[in-house]
Amino acid sequence: MSQQQNELVTEPVILNMGPHHPSTHGVFRMRVALDGETIVDMEPVLGYLHRGIEKLAEAKTYVQVVTLTDRQDYVAAMTNNMAYVMAVEKLSGIKVPERAEYIRVIMAELMRIASHLMAIGFFLNDLGVFQTVIVYCFREREKVLDLFEMASGQRINFSYMRPGGVIQDLPPQFIPQLKQLLAELPGYFDEYEQLINENEIVLARTKELGVLPADKAINASASGPVLRGSGVAFDLRKADPYSAYPRFQFDIPTGTRGDAYDRYLVRVAEMRQSLRILQQAVEQMPTGPHRTRTPWLIRPPAGDAYAHIESPKGVLGVYLVSDTGISPYRYKVRPPSLINLTTLRDLVVGCKLADCIVIFGSIDVNMGEVDR
Amino acid sequence: MPRVWDNFVYNWLAGFLQDWVAFLIMGIVVMAIILNFLALLVMVLQYMDRRLIARFQVRFGPNRVGPSGLLQPIADTIKLLTKEDLRPRLADPLVFTLAPLVVFLGGTLAFAVIPFNRSGFLADLNVGILYIFAITSLGAVGIFMAGWSSNNKYSLFGAMRAVAQLVAYEVPVVVSILGVVLITESLSLVDIVEKRDIPLILLQPLGFLIYLAAATAEVGRPPFDLLEAESELIAGYHTEYNGMRWALLQLGEYVATFAVAAVVTTLFLGGWKGPGPAVLGYVWFMLKALFVYLLILWVRASLPRVRIDQLMGFAWKFLLPLALLNVFITAAEALMWPDFPWLLVPVNIAIALGLVVLWSSLFQLRAYRKVEA
Repeated sequence: MSQQQNELVTEPVILNMGPHHPSTHGVFRMRVALDGETIVDMEPVLGYLHRGIEKLAEAKTYVQVVTLTDRQDYVAAMTNNMAYVMAVEKLSGIKVPERAEYIRVIMAELMRIASHLMAIGFFLNDLGVFQTVIVYCFREREKVLDLFEMASGQRINFSYMRPGGVIQDLPPQFIPQLKQLLAELPGYFDEYEQLINENEIVLARTKELGVLPADKAINASASGPVLRGSGVAFDLRKADPYSAYPRFQFDIPTGTRGDAYDRYLVRVAEMRQSLRILQQAVEQMPTGPHRTRTPWLIRPPAGDAYAHIESPKGVLGVYLVSDTGISPYRYKVRPPSLINLTTLRDLVVGCKLADCIVIFGSIDVNMGEVDR
Repeated sequence: MPRVWDNFVYNWLAGFLQDWVAFLIMGIVVMAIILNFLALLVMVLQYMDRRLIARFQVRFGPNRVGPSGLLQPIADTIKLLTKEDLRPRLADPLVFTLAPLVVFLGGTLAFAVIPFNRSGFLADLNVGILYIFAITSLGAVGIFMAGWSSNNKYSLFGAMRAVAQLVAYEVPVVVSILGVVLITESLSLVDIVEKRDIPLILLQPLGFLIYLAAATAEVGRPPFDLLEAESELIAGYHTEYNGMRWALLQLGEYVATFAVAAVVTTLFLGGWKGPGPAVLGYVWFMLKALFVYLLILWVRASLPRVRIDQLMGFAWKFLLPLALLNVFITAAEALMWPDFPWLLVPVNIAIALGLVVLWSSLFQLRAYRKVEA
């Protein structure tokens, strides 16, 4: 025993990655225990971006809360809007005009493209192609944001949707510009796939890395590209169709291995499916009002409602409780980012330090949504 | 006495002074020229770096200070000079201060033996290549000093990676050069350039590729920039540095990278040789060196970073065996055809391509192929 004590004692190095770190996508903190370059333990530390959005919502009217939802997942504000207004409509029984449903679907799919573009760009950033891919992705994202700006007047925090429809109708030049974008985007996606998919270092770094088996993914209640990358074809747009989605043809891309590379591939494939949906939505676009008239202050009957949608990051659920007041009694979000993030520890333990960042990037979380 | 300059200034000085006085004066003058040249060159390289990388990344790059942003490096230098000189309280003051100097020296001293032209060099050592490899390794010491003394875990990781990486890649770098030495039968850089009429890249394509890859790793440029891996280690070994100390570290890195480009130019691309009068040799040398630098830059803009285990595997399992094979093949050729006929050029290129392809199929960066099999 005493002989053992005399031997050189080693202990793992504790490294605090974040909250100030170029690759933690906001203010995530990983308390990583390292043995050399190998991760032996990882503890996520959350809460640096907590703004109490759920509590704030209890002091705002139902329409005002829309602006708070923008700040949850700030790279996919449209889908947050959509989940929230759907919950309000369910709660108070507001009917949505046909045209508004189509506009919502167009916005949600454009948002998915914009969000996935950021995810891919930052994923490659984490891999070490510093800045290159992200700037290419931003080039296309800008065009999507231009469209959003045209419709809502905002580029990030849109607050475009309202209970009963959308705040204003699409401007006349919106559809032509959207059509032009739809024609351009496949070429850009081809460009990414040419540059990234067969890159030897990308393959070496991401294949068989951070493998999330399907059963684990389901047990962790993961959703979105993280779940579909593991080969589970679950997509709320098909599983529980909402809005105008039942009217569109599209496939659910899935991965086979559940590694970081599959999650990347699923994102690219999903963007192409979004294009298909957009194409159909533009062709079928009905005319009519863009919003049903609702009272100034919505006072839903007492009760609760849960609405969920397939946001770019996964299943985004909103649970609302009303006590017949002008503001929600309780506003609860099921953030896909947070729930997907819970898989992170299992994925990174045993990997190298550099992989930890890549796996985290491949899960694509948004800290605004995780902490709220 | 080693071979000295054969230019009119030196000849004129030697005409009325004693030999060693003329040698001393000339040496100091050339040293001053080279040092100032390097300081200016780094500005040019930095500007080139930022503008070209910006182009690769569909953006504009610096274009506000001066015409086309030409004065940006000067503005940056002024900014860095006037910054507050911060040092972490728990850093080792002496080592922390010395480290940037050591890093800078490592790159700079290599230029003492690099011939910019037939007589445009500071010294023509008969062991020039050995000198270069010895002196550029100094950079590793400096980087380790910087990482260790900062008292920061990211810096420490950067330093540890740097040591592992630079020591590992030293081996393929040196072995890949042996082919050139076998062909030219000399270790002096001037002799190497003058010995053969054709650029040695044609006779040593494999050596060229190995040297370029290994040397890129040795100076820590992407895709082998693990020592400062931005997305993992924030800034690696220089996380705690700022102001002029940081600038010196950057200067050292740029100079070291350009030293690699200069060595590649000298060994493989025929150095100063090119059409036109002798004085154009400087221009040819710079053009070739900047082209090699551009290659290194291009890789930076387009490739992801490799992981530490893949990096080590690449050095020991891929580059080193190929470099050894290259030495054997070159030695055999040197024995059989001592004057290296032109016929060997296509043969060598074919051998190089064949070996690279063969070895790529034997050695995989990706581990998953094994899983599938």
